[in-house]
This record gives sequence, C-alpha cells and structure tokens, in this order.
Amino acid sequence: MTVEQILGLVTGLLFGFLLQKGRVLRFEKQLGAMLLKDMTILKFMLSSILVGMVGILWLSDAGILKLGHKPMNVGAVVVGGALFGAGWAIMGFCPGTSVGAVGEGRWHALFAVAGMIAGAAVYAELYPFFKATVLSWKDYGKIGLPEALGVSPWVIVPFFWAAVLGLFFWFEKRNL
Amino acid sequence: MDWRRKDGGWSPYLAGALLGLLAIASAVATTKVLGKTSYLGASTTFVRAAGLLERTVAPENVAANEYFASQKIKVDWQFMLVAGILLGALISSKTDKSFKAEGVPPVWEERFGPSVGKRAAGAFLGGIVAMVGARMADGCPSGHGLSGMMQLSVSAFVALALFFGVGIVVAHIVYGRRAS
Repeated sequence: MTVEQILGLVTGLLFGFLLQKGRVLRFEKQLGAMLLKDMTILKFMLSSILVGMVGILWLSDAGILKLGHKPMNVGAVVVGGALFGAGWAIMGFCPGTSVGAVGEGRWHALFAVAGMIAGAAVYAELYPFFKATVLSWKDYGKIGLPEALGVSPWVIVPFFWAAVLGLFFWFEKRNL
Repeated sequence: MDWRRKDGGWSPYLAGALLGLLAIASAVATTKVLGKTSYLGASTTFVRAAGLLERTVAPENVAANEYFASQKIKVDWQFMLVAGILLGALISSKTDKSFKAEGVPPVWEERFGPSVGKRAAGAFLGGIVAMVGARMADGCPSGHGLSGMMQLSVSAFVALALFFGVGIVVAHIVYGRRAS
C-alpha cells in the first residue's frame, strides 16, 4: 500500500468508528431524521460541523491548508441535490453510511452499495447529456458564503454556532 | 447529560464533535503528506469502484468515457477512506456488541413487510437515483454536508437543504402510511 492509501485507510477507520459509536449508520436513524422523529444524525453532523468549521477556517487563515469549495453550479446542485434526497429516503443510507452499515452487520446495505455503484456508471454514461443540459445552466463557481456576503468568515461563525446550539436545545426539549 | 448510552453507544454530540477534530486533523495530514488538502467525502469512490468493475468487462468503454477519465479511476486516498469506514464500523460494533446481522430493517418491514427481495430492490433503485444525484451535485452528506459546511461553501448550504428537504417529503410519502 502507498502512504496515500494507508493515510486514507487509517482516517476512514476512525471515521467509521465514530459513525458507529454515534449510532448514525442505521436505517432507522436516517429515516428517523427524514420523518422528523429522531434527530440523531443531525446532532452528529452539526456537532462535527461546529467543531470542524472553527479549525478548518482558522488553519486556512493561517495558510496551513487550502479551502476547496465545490462549485455552486445551480442546476447541478439543485437537481442533483433533489435526486439525492429522493434516493436517500428510499435507500435509507448515504454513500458513507452504507459501507459503515455493512460493517456493523446490516447486510441489506450491500444492495444500496451495489445500487450506488450502478448509479455512478449510469451517471458516467449520461454525463454528455447532463453536461449539455443541467450542468450548463448557471455556474457561480467555487464560492464561499463569506465572499458571497462580503464579510469575514468570523462574522458568520458565531451566528452559525448560535443557530445550531438553539436547534440542539430545541431537539432536547422536544425529545427528538 | 449522559455521554455513554446503555447500549455502549456514545452521545451523537460527542461522537460528532470528535469527528470534527478528525476532519481538521485529516485536512492537515493530507496537506502535509499528500501535498494537497483532501476533505472527507465518499461519493467519488463509487465512481472509481464502478470504473474498476466496468473495466473488467468493457475496458474500451471506460477508457473512452469522459466522466471516468475526469475522475481518474484508481484506488486513491478516498477509496481507502471508504474501505476504512467499513472496518472501523466493524471494529466498533464487534467490541461493544452492537453488531447485528440484519436483512430487513424494522422501519422498512413495518411498511413493506419482511421480504428481503423488496428491500433489496428498494435499496438498489434508491441507490441508483441517489448516486446520480450525488455525482451531479458533486457531493453527498459527507462531501457537501460535513466538509462543505465546515468551509462555509455556498454549494454545501444549498445541497444540504435539498438533500433533507426532498428527503423529508419523499420519506413521508413512502413511509408515512404504516402497513398494519
């Protein structure tokens, strides 16, 4: 194995360990969030975003790492995001959690993995068509919210934290 | 608040916060070791897996495909990350005894019955639609949801809103009606 592959494997091992410990790999948890009954996966995701955001933005300011925004291509993100949401609800897993679910014994997730590999091949076949249509509508490029709003990221972070902490209190109060 | 749950699981706030630290450490490690910052993600790996599999039956088709060419079909950092997720979940669930062989999830069974075939079809077809969407949007709940949000990417806010917005609507349509 190359250094690159070993680094990926070790990082993934820890990632999978935390996903499993947070109990977010399960079909019931994913559906629970979409049925607005159990917000475990949102608590998990938003907690990691709150912590990760501060470190990533600070290290980027310090020049230690580079941000890598994904392009805000309107058709791609809106149509793709909607398709993903629909498929996610039926499948009950997202790409990362599907393989983790297989790891904790939920072998029906293998069908989801197989479907997603097939879906990737379908996308590759249809790519020329998407490129000429959905992907060509309007692309704002690789932009961050701070540039879009013309403010420092450190103005946005406190608002984001406050909003998410408020949401957490609400989840706990409502026992979600 | 209890950080440890009765079943050996951890509070999602704690596990999530630790994942945030891992995301930071991983971004730094990839920058230092690989020379380019890589963020946690998963869906590109499915393209590479598809390319590797398709290559065994139709290599010309893969070589000629513009999208496969742009994604570089190889076992890279993220591919091993996704493989690691499986191993990490296996180790965690085996050591705290939450590992459970399951062919049909209870929530699915309540609505569609105990048939493994139906569940397989749902997971497979849902998987196709979801992955076409994830590749179009250039990310999934890991790439957009975690990594994009941490960087305050505009695309992440829009993608995550649509993932959940449409997910909520479709989940209510599909699972809202309970089979008795």
